[in-house]
Amino acid sequence: MELIDLTLIWLVIIGFGVIMYILMDGFDLGVGILFPVAPSEECRNSMMNSVAPVWDGNETWLILGGAGLLAAFPLVYSVFLPALYIGVFLMLAGLIFRGIAFEFRFKANRSRYLWNWAFFGGSTVASFAQGAVVGTYIQGFETEGFVYVGGPLDWLTPFTVITGLGLVAGYALLGATWTIMKTEGQTQEWAYRITPWLLGAVIAVFLIISIWTPLVDPFVAERWFGQFHVLWVLPGGALLLAWILYRAVQKREEILPFVATMGIFICAYLGLLVSKWPYIVPPDHTYWDAASDPGSQLFLLIGVLFITPIVLAYTAWTYWVFRGKVRSDAGYH
Amino acid sequence: MELDPLLLSRIQFAFVVSFHAIFPVFTIGLAAYIAVLEGLLFRTRNPLWEQLSKFWTKVFAVVFGMGVVSGIVMAFQFGTNWSNFSYATANFMGPILSYEVVTAFFLEATFLGVLLFGRDKVPRGVHLFAAIMVAVGTFISSFWILSANSWMQTPAGVELRDGIFHMTSWTEAIFSSSFPYRFSHMALASFLTGGFVVAGVSAWYLLRNREIEANRKALSMCMWLILIAAPLQLVVGDLHGLNTLEEQPTKVAAMEGHWESQSRAPLILFAIPDSANETNHFEVGIPALASVILKHDADGVVPGLTDVSAEERPPVGPTFWSFRIMVAIGLVMIGFALWGAWLRFRGRLYSSSAFKKGLVWMIPAPFVAVLAGWFVTEIGRAPWLVYQQMTLEEGLTPALTGGMALFTLIGFILVYSVVFLAGLYYLVRIVRKGMEEVTVTEHPEHHRAKRPFSAADVPLEDDLNPSTAR
Repeated sequence: MELIDLTLIWLVIIGFGVIMYILMDGFDLGVGILFPVAPSEECRNSMMNSVAPVWDGNETWLILGGAGLLAAFPLVYSVFLPALYIGVFLMLAGLIFRGIAFEFRFKANRSRYLWNWAFFGGSTVASFAQGAVVGTYIQGFETEGFVYVGGPLDWLTPFTVITGLGLVAGYALLGATWTIMKTEGQTQEWAYRITPWLLGAVIAVFLIISIWTPLVDPFVAERWFGQFHVLWVLPGGALLLAWILYRAVQKREEILPFVATMGIFICAYLGLLVSKWPYIVPPDHTYWDAASDPGSQLFLLIGVLFITPIVLAYTAWTYWVFRGKVRSDAGYH
Repeated sequence: MELDPLLLSRIQFAFVVSFHAIFPVFTIGLAAYIAVLEGLLFRTRNPLWEQLSKFWTKVFAVVFGMGVVSGIVMAFQFGTNWSNFSYATANFMGPILSYEVVTAFFLEATFLGVLLFGRDKVPRGVHLFAAIMVAVGTFISSFWILSANSWMQTPAGVELRDGIFHMTSWTEAIFSSSFPYRFSHMALASFLTGGFVVAGVSAWYLLRNREIEANRKALSMCMWLILIAAPLQLVVGDLHGLNTLEEQPTKVAAMEGHWESQSRAPLILFAIPDSANETNHFEVGIPALASVILKHDADGVVPGLTDVSAEERPPVGPTFWSFRIMVAIGLVMIGFALWGAWLRFRGRLYSSSAFKKGLVWMIPAPFVAVLAGWFVTEIGRAPWLVYQQMTLEEGLTPALTGGMALFTLIGFILVYSVVFLAGLYYLVRIVRKGMEEVTVTEHPEHHRAKRPFSAADVPLEDDLNPSTAR
């Protein structure tokens, strides 16, 4: 037991699960965010069809993440959720509305516009709440011992509003580049047009957060302006990828924009983790403080090592089956 | 008025979990029924079994989908409202609840898709295998959930050090003393729920002379199932009660409405329990019968609520009345089982319209009974969250205010109302549409979404497009 650091293994598993969730649910949430500004009902049909086969598989990563946190890092679970109480509710309500809208829009005719709005509203609220979670993590949590003692709206500050809007813009960018990849004609052309604007918004938020955080948090400032110069490869990589994305859109490339956007997200995600390392419940508790007993971590690890390859294979297979372009009439009669 | 976060959190959890529970309790029974239908189809190739299986798979898909949607919330409830409980019990609850998610995940990722969409695409044996695996999977899912709950009722295999439960034995914790009874009781409840819903819907069709042959078969099967399961449930319920008497005597005292510990204790049929004065009003009971049931001896001494201090007693009224509602419905179920057997014996199972109308009215009954049963066991555990180890108050999120809890309680009621009404409305449409094949033109290259709900092809509104109108 002493030879293997189970906490580190779990850190990798949950870290992987979170980025999988962000990337995969990110683009289908993004499609929902862009729904009202899509130029026509036919575009909306194409966009929804492009995510319909995969969206609920994407969301199961979230449930697995929630349960996995309780098992492997109970402190994270029992501090984040009370601290983000209202935000978590808004996220869940948003995801539920969006899920229901998905199912019923396909079966609706006259009430379709209602489901369109439910899809947009649910997606946007859920994305904003997730962005606020990121902001709250950067801000840190007021704890006494292992208990959250802050207020009900500590998660809603000017800073977290910016991170919330930032993630809405980021998911919209993922959604737009996904749409470029999966559609053609009018829908694709529209997605090409909006992508640079969304990219601009994402870069703006990225810069605000990057300047703001070191100014208010000496720990983060020390991390970035101290001795670890190698870390600058992450923001550097993100900016390079942003440039690649911009050029790819100008050249009307179809797959590269989405790949580059995913790259930007990965760089930002890793940058966030190293900013706070080794604190998972900043400012006081590290990953190791937050861990459950090794026996419990091991007990679940066995099941997870068995299930993860199957889920990954199934996921890959689903994306393979539904590869290529979608048309607007698919799924309708 | 001061808002009590503890009370509001309890109401919220009861609401959220009750709402969620009605879906799995039905899908567990229905999945087993579909597996049986598929098995019969595999052996006989009789198209009637296929017709039934296709129809009920459609219903299964929608109910399963609603269960998944409402289940997302459950994964977060423990942390938002009961963070101290989550933190203290995570070494056990974390892996157990995660295994439930992993099981459901695995099920959805593999066999569910084959069952819902693979009928004409995979060999018949593979399709049957998928149906069986889905049924087994739903049971494994409930295994983990009931294990977690049983541990909270009769904790074992752990050691409480510095406010945190540490594992000493996984086997003892997973198979705690109340687990076998709870699991059997719930398994039978699921079968009865599936049985009464299928029987009720079949009776509804038969009353309207629709798809007579298939629905007669379904009704007949269900009545056989109910004839065995309903009386058996009485026996299992009794055994479960005896276990509770041993482990949680105060809960049994509340269920029975007994204030004083006594021999020749009466079985109270009706009473208004009064906690303030520690007595019952308008009590109607059968002398000595409770002693006979609980101790199998008329002179047996049964526990009373006053054996423990007032702070250690659960709310008596809700426990007492939920228990009576559950038992009453169970007895009505046995009544229907006997009525059906008698009609069958007289050769009138399909012709009695009073019986069929009664079955239609019985559709909601198993759900009410299941919820009432959970109310008994959960309210009856109060004031404990983990029995005799952690109180509800100790488990509550310390930072939670009454206003926050009220906000999310109202929020969840609103959200779930929309989900439930939309889902129920759609289910009723599926049933009204009936079992005849819908002539949907397949779009093989159109990459139709393959999610649970898309297994149901009934439109949400009356279709404006004449090509699919009936």
